[in-house]
Amino acid sequence: MAGEFGNPEVVEEEVDILLIGGGMACCGAAFEIMRWAEGTDLKIKLVDKAAMDRSGAVAQGLSAINTYIGTEQDPADYARMVSNDLMGITRDDLAYDLGRHVDESVHLFEEWGLPIWKTDENGERHDGSKGMTPLKDGGKPVRSGKWQIMINGESYKWIVAEAAKKALGIDNIEERIFVVELINDKNDSNRIAGAVGFSTRDHKVVVYKFKACLLAAGGCVNLFRPRSVGEGQGRAWYPVWNAGSTYAMAAEAGAELTLMENRFVPTRFKDGYGPVGAWFLLFKAKATNAFEEVYMDRNKEMLDDYPPYGHAAVPASCLRNHLMLKEMREGRGPIYMDTVTALATLRETLSPREVKHLEAEAWEDFLDMCVGQCGIWVGENIEPEKKNSELMPTEPYLLGSHSGCCGIWVSGPTDVGAPSDEAEAGVPEHLPKGWNWGYRSMTTVKGLFTAGDGVGASGHKFSSGSHAEGRMCAKSMVKYCLDNKDMKPELDRSVEDLVADVYKPVRNYLEHKDYTTAIDINPHYITPKMLQFRLQKIMDEYVAGVATYYQTNGKMLAVAGEKLDMLKEDAEKMRAKDLHELLRAWENYHRIITAEAHMKHIEFRQESRYPGFYYRSDYNIVDEDNWKCFVNSIYDKESKKWTCFKRKHVDLVDKSKLFK
Amino acid sequence: MPTFVRTDKCDGCKGQDKTACMYICPHDLMKLDKDGSETGHAMKAFNQEPEQCWECYSCVKICPQQAIEARHYADIVPLGGSVQPLRGTDSIMWTIKFRNGTMKRFKFPIRTTPEGSIEPYAGKPSADMSKIEDNGFFNHNEQNGYREGDRSELINL
Repeated sequence: MAGEFGNPEVVEEEVDILLIGGGMACCGAAFEIMRWAEGTDLKIKLVDKAAMDRSGAVAQGLSAINTYIGTEQDPADYARMVSNDLMGITRDDLAYDLGRHVDESVHLFEEWGLPIWKTDENGERHDGSKGMTPLKDGGKPVRSGKWQIMINGESYKWIVAEAAKKALGIDNIEERIFVVELINDKNDSNRIAGAVGFSTRDHKVVVYKFKACLLAAGGCVNLFRPRSVGEGQGRAWYPVWNAGSTYAMAAEAGAELTLMENRFVPTRFKDGYGPVGAWFLLFKAKATNAFEEVYMDRNKEMLDDYPPYGHAAVPASCLRNHLMLKEMREGRGPIYMDTVTALATLRETLSPREVKHLEAEAWEDFLDMCVGQCGIWVGENIEPEKKNSELMPTEPYLLGSHSGCCGIWVSGPTDVGAPSDEAEAGVPEHLPKGWNWGYRSMTTVKGLFTAGDGVGASGHKFSSGSHAEGRMCAKSMVKYCLDNKDMKPELDRSVEDLVADVYKPVRNYLEHKDYTTAIDINPHYITPKMLQFRLQKIMDEYVAGVATYYQTNGKMLAVAGEKLDMLKEDAEKMRAKDLHELLRAWENYHRIITAEAHMKHIEFRQESRYPGFYYRSDYNIVDEDNWKCFVNSIYDKESKKWTCFKRKHVDLVDKSKLFK
Repeated sequence: MPTFVRTDKCDGCKGQDKTACMYICPHDLMKLDKDGSETGHAMKAFNQEPEQCWECYSCVKICPQQAIEARHYADIVPLGGSVQPLRGTDSIMWTIKFRNGTMKRFKFPIRTTPEGSIEPYAGKPSADMSKIEDNGFFNHNEQNGYREGDRSELINL
């Protein structure tokens, strides 16, 4: 029976493994899992709140693959780079493991049809359509940096999704299903048993039961007030549809989170947030203050305040921001990318054919992954060879796959020397002690796996690494299900209760809509949009957003805590006047939980670990003696309270090699 | 730069229940106004929440009528420019018009294989169940991409 608004059809489904999300991680899992599942009778399904061809962070395309190890570097070199960029606190076991697996996925992308730029024997570069030797057979990529390779990536996601869809089979995929809550097992509160979500197209709630799931629904965007608050607020740097669903749902299911204090504040072309990587690394452009002074040179001695992280060949990303912010605070802005000098210099050294391609390459960099930046250039008549462009640090983003490392604490590989015990006191008793507990990428909740932006303490995976990480999950989820063949998941909440919960914003609307004459102004409910504005204002003004130049302190955080408590209460009163608004209501609920985790972690960590991303003015140092550790947390959904605690950091590869 | 739909070109995907732009938008922004009650233009699609548009151009690229374009974010960008793609099966053509009238055209490859031609497991071995706990993937080494590291780099073994 078809449902109607306010009275949805309820569908109950049982599978063995549910893949939640359709981005790079779940596409990787979909490809890998069907081979391991052959002959096992395991039933596997993928749900995506959007359409897989264009969902996730790679929806628009990309102009580079940022993680490709190649034959000349060791996974240990990669783990070292990740560690230093994230100020020394990452899980070497996770980064190292990713480093040894990631190129397998890149080689598949090329086989499937992704054009990858190549360098010929004369050192000249060619786009990916020329049929040159593939990477897997020794073809030489165009390195824009030590780890990055250039691609013609407009259809990157389209291609990866095609392989995933074919592998999984179209009957095992349902698009436009937004999963909003995970459900624990009735007989074991630390085990996952199901999930509930709804269709954004039909009046339908779906309750899933399963043994295992891969929760890979992206990072968190728009939890801080963006710099543009009109139409331009959609032009977030990371995809605006990443709503913190991964972190919020995992936290509510009891999973241990890690480094939720970490954030990423990318410095990008102003307003369009176009990528700078190719400009810095491929075109060798310099960033300057308004007086043509290179701030990385001018403020070089500031790096000495943060040994050893400031002393690597490439200082940590946050420190590069730190040096730039000094220029802005002291009134020497705007900050510019000197595109004019860079392109003029390149013209002197490249062949005529390459010069012809140079302009196209510069534009393609944006057109492949950030068309909006081109929009700004054409609107402002900016041609990069004639006029420099402004740079600006963005509002903060939370993510675990790009240059950030917040996320969920997961089980790592067993063969790289990871600790098997925990040296810090205060870790809740029910949580694992060492860094592996049976299944790679399983969270501390049995049966709940994550990848991509979901995995904390191991950034710099990017698109390729997220795909590879999803594949690792596929293997371990199959193993988990085979090991637990006889387990019958039982939901700890009734289906009626779940349906009522999911559709509460619709009920709020229908019950109260006729109380006032103006649909958006009603004392009985709040629109998801206004609730989001309130969240963004709190985070921006008290939790180190752009309004305070990324500064906060214990007092401000306490105020934020009070305001977030009331916001969370009011989230119960969100309204949804249609399915589109129901989608927004749940996205914003996820944002609140994620924002709260971020705030609690910053409050707990009494230092400023990421100068340039945020500062605690009451503890404005990097305190290696007391805080070179993970800050982890768990959330209790009954009391709605967070518990933060330390975990000891251990190096598994020698970091001193970075500084020789 | 929210996208907009041109009334003279959109045909509502010929009365199907779901338009191409609705199908593809990652943020659920495109909506078909079946009876014209929301826009005054029956059976045409529109962007229902322009301030949430990421400008990913997914709708622009997929529209079979080329009815969708973008008007750059009004709170940021001066009027008059346009950036319009024509996406084929193996390449994409971009026409770029500056506010001052300057035009540029670029063509980039997007794919080296025919669309729909991927056979994910063709020529690849089945998984070896005895190796499910080993490192590597089901087609271990077949891709030449597994990087066995130098074990001496691991200092905590």
